[in-house]
Amino acid sequence: MTIPLSWYLIVAAVLFCIGIYGVLARRNAVGILMGVELMLNAVNINLVAFWRYLNPTDVAGQAFALFVLVVAAAEAVVGLALIISVYRNRTDIDAENINLLKQ
Amino acid sequence: MDQQTLIYFVWLIPLLPLLAFFTIMLFTRKHDRLSHTIAIGAIAISFVLAQIVFWNAVAQGGSHAAEPAAAVESSTEAPSATAEHSAETPAAAEGEHAAAEGEHGYPAYVESHIPWLPQGLNTLNMGVLVDPLTAAMLFMVPIACFMIIFYSVGYSNFNKKRDPHDQPGFPPHKGREPMYGRFFAFLSLFAGAMLTLVVADNLLLLFIGWEIMGLCSYLLIGFWYARTYPDRNKITPRGAAVKAFMTTRVADVFMLLGIAFLYSSTGTLSFTEIFTQEMTSQLAAVLFLGIPAAQVIYMLLFIGTIGKSAQFPLHTWLPDAMEGPTPVSAMIHAAAMVSAGVYMVIRMFPILGGTVPRGELVTFTPMIIIGTFTALFSATIAFTQRDVKKVLAYSTISQLGFMISALGMGAWVAALFHLITHAFFKALLFMGSGSIIHGVEHGMHATEHGHDDHAAAPAHAEAAPDDHGHGHDDADPQEPDMDPQDMFNMGGLRKKMPVTFWTFLIGGLSLAGFPIFFAGFWSKDEILGHAFHYPQFQIVFWVLVFTAFLTAFYTMRQISLTFFGQPRTEAAGHAHESHWTMIAPLVILAVFAIIAGFVGVKADMPGLGLIFNGPFAKYGTPFEHFVEPVLATTIEIEVLSFDWTPLLIASTAGVLGLALGWWVYGRRPLAAGQPDPLEVKMGGLYVVLKNKYYIDEIYNYVFVQPARRFAVWMGDVFDRKGIDGVLHGIADGALRLSLAFRSFDTKVVNGGADGFAASIKAAGHWLRDIQTGRVQNYLLLALVSVVLLIALYITLFS
Amino acid sequence: MTLTHIIFIVFAAITLLSALFCVTTRNMFHAALYLVISLFGVAATFAMLEASFLAAAQLIVYVGAVAILIIFAVMLTRGGAGSLPAERQFNTQAGLAAVVTVVTLFILLRVVPFFNYPVQDAAVPVDILTQLGHALVGDFVLPFEVASVLLLAALIGAIYIARERRKGEVEG
Repeated sequence: MTIPLSWYLIVAAVLFCIGIYGVLARRNAVGILMGVELMLNAVNINLVAFWRYLNPTDVAGQAFALFVLVVAAAEAVVGLALIISVYRNRTDIDAENINLLKQ
Repeated sequence: MDQQTLIYFVWLIPLLPLLAFFTIMLFTRKHDRLSHTIAIGAIAISFVLAQIVFWNAVAQGGSHAAEPAAAVESSTEAPSATAEHSAETPAAAEGEHAAAEGEHGYPAYVESHIPWLPQGLNTLNMGVLVDPLTAAMLFMVPIACFMIIFYSVGYSNFNKKRDPHDQPGFPPHKGREPMYGRFFAFLSLFAGAMLTLVVADNLLLLFIGWEIMGLCSYLLIGFWYARTYPDRNKITPRGAAVKAFMTTRVADVFMLLGIAFLYSSTGTLSFTEIFTQEMTSQLAAVLFLGIPAAQVIYMLLFIGTIGKSAQFPLHTWLPDAMEGPTPVSAMIHAAAMVSAGVYMVIRMFPILGGTVPRGELVTFTPMIIIGTFTALFSATIAFTQRDVKKVLAYSTISQLGFMISALGMGAWVAALFHLITHAFFKALLFMGSGSIIHGVEHGMHATEHGHDDHAAAPAHAEAAPDDHGHGHDDADPQEPDMDPQDMFNMGGLRKKMPVTFWTFLIGGLSLAGFPIFFAGFWSKDEILGHAFHYPQFQIVFWVLVFTAFLTAFYTMRQISLTFFGQPRTEAAGHAHESHWTMIAPLVILAVFAIIAGFVGVKADMPGLGLIFNGPFAKYGTPFEHFVEPVLATTIEIEVLSFDWTPLLIASTAGVLGLALGWWVYGRRPLAAGQPDPLEVKMGGLYVVLKNKYYIDEIYNYVFVQPARRFAVWMGDVFDRKGIDGVLHGIADGALRLSLAFRSFDTKVVNGGADGFAASIKAAGHWLRDIQTGRVQNYLLLALVSVVLLIALYITLFS
Repeated sequence: MTLTHIIFIVFAAITLLSALFCVTTRNMFHAALYLVISLFGVAATFAMLEASFLAAAQLIVYVGAVAILIIFAVMLTRGGAGSLPAERQFNTQAGLAAVVTVVTLFILLRVVPFFNYPVQDAAVPVDILTQLGHALVGDFVLPFEVASVLLLAALIGAIYIARERRKGEVEG
């Protein structure tokens, strides 16, 4: 346990914030998705860190992280399929222009 | 005749004419025959009832005459009885009660009252009282009113049809009076008011009658309200009506003050309660600015009489009141209104009883001064007048002066006696003048249409009764602008209108005081006798004698100019006697003008005294004995014995006056166009007299014009600019305020509400921008919210 | 400062820096590549945490599949906003987003590491992988099955959404 738990948590937090920035600030839809992946990865780091430091004997921590990973993959797939579909319709995946819900 | 029936009769006497007024005014005004029937019927029944009451009173009164001591005795028990009575009255207030000579010692034949105005502890009652004074008035007033109303039938040309050319508001030309029903209604009201005044048992009811008569004088003097004259200086009937009303009104204010003062001093207005020993001594004891209250009250009341009975200085309305139809003049100036004035002061005279020790003569100096002056003053004007009615008007003023003067000197009985005889012969004279005027007017119409019309006699068989003045409207080609009332246009009517002539002559001689056979003589003699008897009245005596001389003079002047000689105009030449409805009253009144005087013959007069007084009376006159008990409770009057000296002096004055009048005007009657000889001889003085000493002009300048200017100022400046200005200002202010509110409402309230709505809308608009449709915006918002929440959480919970 | 620390710091730096470049570069393809590097870094972190299976799984799934997928997507959507470098890669709220991100970071850094976590200084069991296998089909069989259904659904869905439309057929 040479590396304190908090270091991992800090890394995860920073990665998470970077991911947030990507989600909020990117125009390209794929770029947004990349930010989401980063966020999910940050969460995974958190989860595993906690598993390792708090309850290493219980396998539930790893299982949790695993499932997060699976879901993230599924979500990335669907998201990209959507992006491609949108691209097909408009030739434009600028998130600023996807605003048909605008009031 | 039981007392209860008698009471009903007394109540009915004034009520019937009043009811007649209402009935005619409301229902039968358009029906001429019905109207005059109701009017005549009402007054006739009143007359009958009044006669019953009167003779009943005489029968009862006879028992008093034999024992004058009894009157004195009853007065001594009066104080205690009075105290009882005053306390009793509230308790006995419900229902009526009547007593011949009640517990108060007052000689009342009929007494009846009803509670009228509850005022806390006691009640003001309205009722009737018949005592000797009332009875005497009840003898005269109804018959005079009856005669006048009856006379009005002929005077208003009932015997003619209505002429479509006659307009209401103008005197009729040849046809029937267009406002026939109205005339009778007003006359009935007048009679009703006078009778109310006479039978009243308290000063308030008397005042009510007084005021109603004031109203009637206005209505009747201005009866022909639309009439105007081309001469701007000649007063119109409307003007005369207003003048009469205003002048009497001024006087009435003071009278009301007197009534109020009396009420506040005594707490009652009822005659039986006031005229007691104790009340009058109390009134004399209380001082107001150093003068006994009794005298102050009496003075204030007397001012009312100055107005109503046309004494100087409030006499100016009476001559102008001649603008009314002649029956009205008779009514006002003989039977009713001016008589009411004198009656009131006669009635109230006993309150002065306490101002002198009992047994001494009660006098009132202001009355002597004003009465005597007025008598002389108007007599000097009378003999310069050309209009037959004006002469009679000034004569009335003069005779009223006599009565007032007499009363002032303490000759209470004489004043009352003269009032009654005067009513008879003055009414007679006025109605006679009406007959004369009708005759002359008929003559005018006859000459208008040419002389051949006269051959067609049936067309003119009935007189064309018209009153005067339309000579101005209807220019006669042969005699333009002829005034049918001007005596200088008359002459020789003795032959044309004999009955009128004889009755007029009787009236004139009565007025002049021709000895023995004429009532005026006896009444005037009594006044002069009283004045002669008391040394302090010497001057008054001689002034009155001179006035009597003048009276006789102008009377004879009037008779000569009217009846003697040859007709001075064609119209006069074509005059003829009037309709029987006008003649009959003249005859009846002429009878009274003769016989009414005989109740004034003193018992100790040789010869005649015995005839008229019977064997038992030793002194005084029958009239005196009858009315004297009225004073007995408060004043002891001295009964004067017969004295030849004043009688002879008065007779001489009268006869001399008549003789002089005949000498100047009758011996060589004036021819047409000839001026009045006196006018020529007296020059400037005559002009002053003829213009009534210019008093009307002075009053106009001093009172009327300033009042008018003030009224105009009030109207234009004060009212229109001041009050209207304030009102407009308020309205304007209100308008501005409401506009301010409006703008406040619009801008602030509406604006506020709208602004609020708009701001919400704007907020909505602004908030809508949040819905960008861009997911990243939403995400950012969510993140910010979460961060805030976390921060909050951290702050609060760590 | 032991070797472990240094290794940790290096890998952490690689992860974070490449992640940073990923979200800030204007070229989408570069961004995808940076993402890959970042994912590698995360795998390394897993390895340091003695979650070997997860590290492997991370590499296989994320780097091997998801990253490739993203590259494919980038290439397929060229001509959109991303194909034009230098301009318009960040939207209008980018500034605000940066601020908020920094704030969030501050808050997280203030709070999260300084909790008193009940740290257990125990060793990972040797047979953790066996346990994981057993658990997946034992205790966690339901989430496992659901996850597979989810993948199936995602698969089908993605195919359906992204397939070529024939002429006349309506989208969606």
